Amino acid sequence: MTEIIPAEGIFGLLWVLIALPAVGAVILLFGGRRTNSWGPYLGVLTVVGSAVLGVLMLLAMMDQPAEQRTVVQNVYDWVFVGSFQASFALQLDQLSMVFVLLITIVGALIHIYSLGYMSHDPDRRKFFGYLNLFVAAMLILVLANNYLLLYVGWEGVGLASYLLIGFWQQKPTAAAAAKKAFIINRVGDVGLSLAIMLIFVTFGSITFQDVFGQASEASEGTLTAIGLLLLLAAAGKSAQFPLQAWLLDAMEGPTPVSALIHAATMVTAGVYLIARSNAIYDAAAWAATAVVVVGLITIFMGAIIGSAKDDIKKSLAGSTMSQIGYMVFAAGLGPIGYVFAIFHLLTHGVFKAGLFLGAGSVMHGMNDNVNMRRYGALKGVMVITFITFMAGYLAIIGIPPFSGFWSKDEIIHAAFERNWVIGAAAILAAGITGFYMTRMIAMTFFGKKRWEDDAHPHESPAVMTIPLIILAIGSTFLGMALLFWGNIEEWLEPVVGYESVPTPLPTSFYIAVTLVVVIIGAIIGWVMYARKDVPVEAPRGNALTRAARQDLYGDAVNDVLVVEPTYRTAQALTTFDTKAVDGFVNWTATFVGDLARRLRRSQSGFARSYALSMVGGALIVALALILVRL
Amino acid sequence: MNYTPPALDYAALAPMIVIFAAAIISVLVEAFTPRGVRRYLQLLIVFGALIASGVLIVLNAGTRTVTAGQAVVIDGPALVLQGAIVILAILGAALMAERSIDSVGDAFASRVSSLPGSEEEKQFTQRGYLQTEIWPLTLFAVLGMMLFVSANDLLLMFVALEVMSLPLYLMTGMARRRRLLSQEAALKYFLLGAFSSAFFLYGAALVYGYSGSITFPEIAQTITSKPGESLVLMIGLGMILIGLLFKVGAVPFHQWVPDVYQGAPTPVTGFMAATVKIAAFGALLRLLYVAFGGVRWDWEPIIWIVAILTMLIGSIVAVVQTDIKRMLAYSSVAQAGFILIGVAAASPAGIASTMFYLIAYGFTTIGAFAIIAMIRDANGEATNLASWAGIGRKSPIVASAFAIFMLGLAGIPLTSGFVGKFAVFAAAIEAGMVWLVIVGVVASLIAAFFYVRVIVVMFFAQPTEQTASVAIPSAFTTVALAAGVAVTVILGVVPQPVLDLVTNADVFIR
Repeated sequence: MTEIIPAEGIFGLLWVLIALPAVGAVILLFGGRRTNSWGPYLGVLTVVGSAVLGVLMLLAMMDQPAEQRTVVQNVYDWVFVGSFQASFALQLDQLSMVFVLLITIVGALIHIYSLGYMSHDPDRRKFFGYLNLFVAAMLILVLANNYLLLYVGWEGVGLASYLLIGFWQQKPTAAAAAKKAFIINRVGDVGLSLAIMLIFVTFGSITFQDVFGQASEASEGTLTAIGLLLLLAAAGKSAQFPLQAWLLDAMEGPTPVSALIHAATMVTAGVYLIARSNAIYDAAAWAATAVVVVGLITIFMGAIIGSAKDDIKKSLAGSTMSQIGYMVFAAGLGPIGYVFAIFHLLTHGVFKAGLFLGAGSVMHGMNDNVNMRRYGALKGVMVITFITFMAGYLAIIGIPPFSGFWSKDEIIHAAFERNWVIGAAAILAAGITGFYMTRMIAMTFFGKKRWEDDAHPHESPAVMTIPLIILAIGSTFLGMALLFWGNIEEWLEPVVGYESVPTPLPTSFYIAVTLVVVIIGAIIGWVMYARKDVPVEAPRGNALTRAARQDLYGDAVNDVLVVEPTYRTAQALTTFDTKAVDGFVNWTATFVGDLARRLRRSQSGFARSYALSMVGGALIVALALILVRL
Repeated sequence: MNYTPPALDYAALAPMIVIFAAAIISVLVEAFTPRGVRRYLQLLIVFGALIASGVLIVLNAGTRTVTAGQAVVIDGPALVLQGAIVILAILGAALMAERSIDSVGDAFASRVSSLPGSEEEKQFTQRGYLQTEIWPLTLFAVLGMMLFVSANDLLLMFVALEVMSLPLYLMTGMARRRRLLSQEAALKYFLLGAFSSAFFLYGAALVYGYSGSITFPEIAQTITSKPGESLVLMIGLGMILIGLLFKVGAVPFHQWVPDVYQGAPTPVTGFMAATVKIAAFGALLRLLYVAFGGVRWDWEPIIWIVAILTMLIGSIVAVVQTDIKRMLAYSSVAQAGFILIGVAAASPAGIASTMFYLIAYGFTTIGAFAIIAMIRDANGEATNLASWAGIGRKSPIVASAFAIFMLGLAGIPLTSGFVGKFAVFAAAIEAGMVWLVIVGVVASLIAAFFYVRVIVVMFFAQPTEQTASVAIPSAFTTVALAAGVAVTVILGVVPQPVLDLVTNADVFIR
């Protein structure tokens, strides 16, 4: 059993990890124009500071024996009312450690990149303020030692994401996308808040330690309910089916935002939540199965959408959905999958950030055009971007020895340990990944020039390419480093558990099959988009392509099922509230009708109908009182 | 028959006596002092009395007593709520005292008796007459509210209800601009208020008929000692509830709320929205817990139904509102529903969390209305949502403050609204009301939509020609606004001191 160690030594600075970017955000957002000149650099420094501190903590943690790596720091008592207690307490263990490193290191690189990418934006200072705010909130999310504080971070990253999606507010589409992201995320948040309530009722506490310690004592029904509610929350934040619709629109935000928030970190919070709550899912088989199903559906939805989009960022967004689908899927497999879900999360965080920043670098050189049909033959003009993008490409499709290979292969292998059908599905999806990513590089870097007349592509400045190079190195080596040098299974095992089940066939067989399928997918993509000419106008395409271009009708479904009915109800209620009260009263009882007519004669104007509604209400109250008695 | 006057605990009653005395002096000032000095005298009296009363409440902190012949009770909830009412009244009075944001003067008609649109009205305005009757009315309303939360019998509760309400009806009709709308609202408020008072009074009579007493402890005693069921009691209880639910603006007794919030002068709306809710919920809690605790199983379902209707209808209808004051009115209806969840919990945690919620809501609301008064175009306040487009570009600080209020009302973490909602929901969950909480969480999801919409309009929409400008307020509004922002944030980040305060004060004495 893992001990809880009070935070001492370097771990006493746990709160500083969060405080640095938080202070940065406050200074930048409230400092006004005075901070315009040096503000962005301060924003970068705070995150770099947190990253350095994070690395020092990793080194200190590695010195400890495995069972003494969980430290808790109580910053202050936040809400204590009745038996309900929630502290602002931070917990650093092996799981949150890797997240801290991912968030701060990738975050720092993206901050640096943004110095170049946003150099011409008049609101640069605000942008860095929001980014700092995001980093602080995300660190709260992963460092919380209880569900309520996690919820604070959860809402905080949502808010930051919302502010950053709508950052270019002059575009109406950006404002609409921001609102959509916020609303859909609120649906997920309802799941999380209900889950917290239910956890509190069931266990009388909301700290991870208490809840997981008693998880086996609760009834399976309750645990299933909690698991499903947490899954709803995860689906909202991580853009999983059926709450996936916001992520594609979220690409309206500046590209560094897409890289940091909508690829590497925030959207993986759902996976963190599920992996963190492993004790609940381990005891609730149905909920875990639901997680697998949601993950699997999203893997395919994302891959199909990614295959059809001509917008490079949206295609990458589809790919993100799909890759997070893999992580959710792995987390649903239970102790055979958690560590690999996190493993893939880490490698994906690095290579997808690299891909997005690469896409941003391409856009930077192409007058912010995102249409891949207007790219082509860029490999000679943007050499560094091209090479680093290729590293990300090889990583995501899973070619050894690039980092995605190791993590995805482990997930596929874990899937086969459970069931060969889902294993085969995971392999098929890997093939589609090979297809759409090859399509992307073929349309962007190979083939013929299809540039707009005024486009003068050029390589980006060093402040942008250096982060690309570092991320490309990560895309190449991180997988091997974590697996062979870092022993990721062993590292995470005390927090999320790990077991391995023998499969009927040797591991090398699955690797071989996966590689063959991926290469077939890649070859199809190459033949279709690099060997043939890509038309500048998108052809009509088949039914699936058209559906995928419409995000598989995610918006239409939302409109029909949620938006329209809500608006209709609201309109109807407004009418009802101001005009139709009489009808309601007449319906209540006949003698009220008499009263109504009498009152109607004696009064005029709206006050009359309001008073009538009060009479109606009085009748309801009286009826309720009498009915309760019966 | 000899009449013995009841013993009065002057120390315990002092906070109310100060307000009462000040209100009377304020009337005299209105009658006998020259016009030029009135405003300054009135401000001195009002702020002096409110601050003195607040200090006396703090000095009374440990007092737990029943006085004035069983009629008034000073206990934990009474002191906490009186304190909240007084502090919010100070902020409300500050908004009413504001003169800088309208070029013509303050928010009130120069002479309420003049006909709207008449030559006479113009002359009064030109001469710069200021209307100061608002001040004694404010003090009487505050007195009524303070008495309302400490009334221990039905008769005094009714008197307090009227002392609170009658000045508010008048204050509603005093707007300087859009006077017809304001007067119409006042008349409606008065008619419907009188109607609801009649329900209350008739219910009180029935309960007296059942129990032979009007004091809460004796009613409670009769309920526990009398065997069997009583239709008279039930109908009496129901009617009293209607009177109180009207004041809190619960569905289906809510229809006055949008009209009155929209029509009343904005500082009055802010004052009223914050304080009346506190007073009415305080009275409702005491009545239900002390007098009718024994028939809890009978009134709980009603509170359930009303809470669900109130949350859902308030939230849903707010979604389609285009006028910001009307939207906040429906929002206040929805908030009343959330607070009713705490009432339904029927436990000390329920009392504590309800009080916390009320305090949090009061400060956020008054701040929000302070800003509404500042957003103006040529015709006075620009309350149409369309004219708020892009305000965030022009005045980022004001718009950020409003955004904080909206996030607070939506219950986003690290704002007071979140802690309040969570405390109320947790209390209800502990009392086994899981379904009620589920409805509450869903309603708060719907509510988040329209709160966020305002933020979107302010920050993410392009300013148009219609976009209003932000008037620069004097210190009065600035202080009220700053207090609103500070409390909204502080109660979200370090709520513990206030939570301790309400938790230590969660027992009604009998």
